[in-house]
Amino acid sequence: MSQKSFRDALNDALHLEMARDPSVIVLGEDVSGGAGGTSGQREASGGIFGVTKGLLPKFGEHRVIDTPISESAIVGAAGGAALAGLRPVAELMFADFVGVSMDQIFNQMAKFRYMFGGRMRCPAVVRLAMGAGMNMGAQHSQTIYPFLTAVPGLKVAVPSNAHDAKGLLIQAIRDDDPVMFFEHKALYPRKCEVPDEAYTIPFGEASLVREGGDVTVVAIGRMVVFAEKAVDAVAADGIRCDLIDPRTTSPLDEETILESLEASGRLVVIDESNPRCSVAADIAALAASKGFHSLKAPVVQVTAPHSPVPFARELERAYVPGPARIEAAIREVVK
Amino acid sequence: MKTIRDFEERLHVEIATGEIPGFTHLYAGQEAVAVGVCTHLDDSDYIVSTHRGHGHCIAKGCDVTGMMLEIYGRRDGLCRGKGGSMHIADAERGMLGANAIVGGGPPIAVGAAIACRNRGDGRVSVAFGGDGSSNQGTVFEAMNMAVVLKVPAIFVFEDNGYGEHTGAGYAVGSKDIAGRARGFGMPALKCDGSDFFSVYEAAGELIDRARRGEGPSALEATITRFYGHFEGDPQLYRAKDEVKRQRETLDCLKKFRERVATEKVIPPATFEEIDAEVLATIDAAVVAAKSAAPPSESDVATDVYVSY
Repeated sequence: MSQKSFRDALNDALHLEMARDPSVIVLGEDVSGGAGGTSGQREASGGIFGVTKGLLPKFGEHRVIDTPISESAIVGAAGGAALAGLRPVAELMFADFVGVSMDQIFNQMAKFRYMFGGRMRCPAVVRLAMGAGMNMGAQHSQTIYPFLTAVPGLKVAVPSNAHDAKGLLIQAIRDDDPVMFFEHKALYPRKCEVPDEAYTIPFGEASLVREGGDVTVVAIGRMVVFAEKAVDAVAADGIRCDLIDPRTTSPLDEETILESLEASGRLVVIDESNPRCSVAADIAALAASKGFHSLKAPVVQVTAPHSPVPFARELERAYVPGPARIEAAIREVVK
Repeated sequence: MKTIRDFEERLHVEIATGEIPGFTHLYAGQEAVAVGVCTHLDDSDYIVSTHRGHGHCIAKGCDVTGMMLEIYGRRDGLCRGKGGSMHIADAERGMLGANAIVGGGPPIAVGAAIACRNRGDGRVSVAFGGDGSSNQGTVFEAMNMAVVLKVPAIFVFEDNGYGEHTGAGYAVGSKDIAGRARGFGMPALKCDGSDFFSVYEAAGELIDRARRGEGPSALEATITRFYGHFEGDPQLYRAKDEVKRQRETLDCLKKFRERVATEKVIPPATFEEIDAEVLATIDAAVVAAKSAAPPSESDVATDVYVSY
């Protein structure tokens, strides 16, 4: 056990799985970088966020594949390689780039198993760096996991800390279904205790980050970090919250949310995505349909506004739900 | 080739009865391409196909009855009634799926080719597509990536003259699909898609090359389809006597038969035996499909992860 960053925990997971299973390959833009450059330095990048560092020298060019900037071909090749017996981990760099690869995600890999009558599996992972907070503007900052959560055939993981990131990525690689693995860019440097060995975290099992009982707070991805601050702040005033991190949005651990809601009767959901058809809206609908009799107050959703992600620091700060908004929402729901 | 022709001609008749659900695209007229290519492949090689995929499936060895059951939407079809005509697949035959998205297949074929390359066992991966798919960006991406990664992928373009209801002469800007492939840095050959031997020889050269580890290539086959884009297509874009003329001059079965008769390779009696055998096979497949059990409603949400 040692303190590791989210980035290093993911890197660890890739190293361990590639060493364990020769069918695991990594492909994407600049996953090692340097190919065709003039410096002669072959691993010039190790992934734009450094997640795939050190893989090329260890596992070679057939398993660590630098691709052209061709997202459809990257995701499509991952799907085809998975059908042909490999376990590819494709990196899409920015989650926003699903736009140019969407057909291969939702028409192809998501549907193979079903469309082919269960006689083929597609064990591919697509890693997507997401999220606002770095002033990268409207096309490099979105948290588009709600789109993909809506697609049958895909599993969707959205880890909030380094420990979970490692366990969920190893699970994703070993899983026989295609997994969309969302990594919030602002989380990459954040550290926590991470075991050195390989371990898996099952999909569909939420983590109870704080135990309270007065309010059920559900947060996703980076929002868990902000929700922790808010939950700790209201605790000083005697408002005790269950803070639930679903960790995967598909499958979703409904049971943990509904059990907590049954005791608290009050629900706040925090999602960095836009509000319409978001995971927040989905969990609010869950409360309305399966937890209605527990509810003592209207469900409060804390989301980004219905706007693209803005560029300027002031605007982006206003866009991302922060600890203050979450705290206000918790206070509102107990009024 | 005869099995594909009879399969498709019979479907043309059966679809008219209304018994077959959905949308069907017939391959009749193009048989020599699927067979000319797939004769070089075995079960451990991969293909990806298109919405017009029955011919590729049969040429790759998919069970004809299993296919017919699938097209009828039956429980025991190759995809348990969940795929249909446009999504027939068979893992045991290396058939990675017909594909209802034009241009959807080539990136998948590149992935299978990466698996072949990494295993180093001389297997290859073939992506079938049409003139229409040659205009899709996904196909450009796949061709470029195949060249960059030097994987054993062969891109076969069947130019049947029409992308849906629009002429290839209009929609293919360069009028030269093989030339486009060469532009990506791979060798490309052209062949007469109505002549089995022309396809067979060209495909053989490219597939052997890929097996030797020399990388991807493309094959452009000029051909025609004897039916519409889909069954029920009134084909208002085609001259009245076009298909009639093409059936007379571009029928790959007739051409094959004439050549092997002239060169006395196969005696006429053998042809008659094959014809009778094929007829019986297709007939049995249709009879089986008509009486086969439909899927059970409870199967609607199996073969997929369900959390709701």
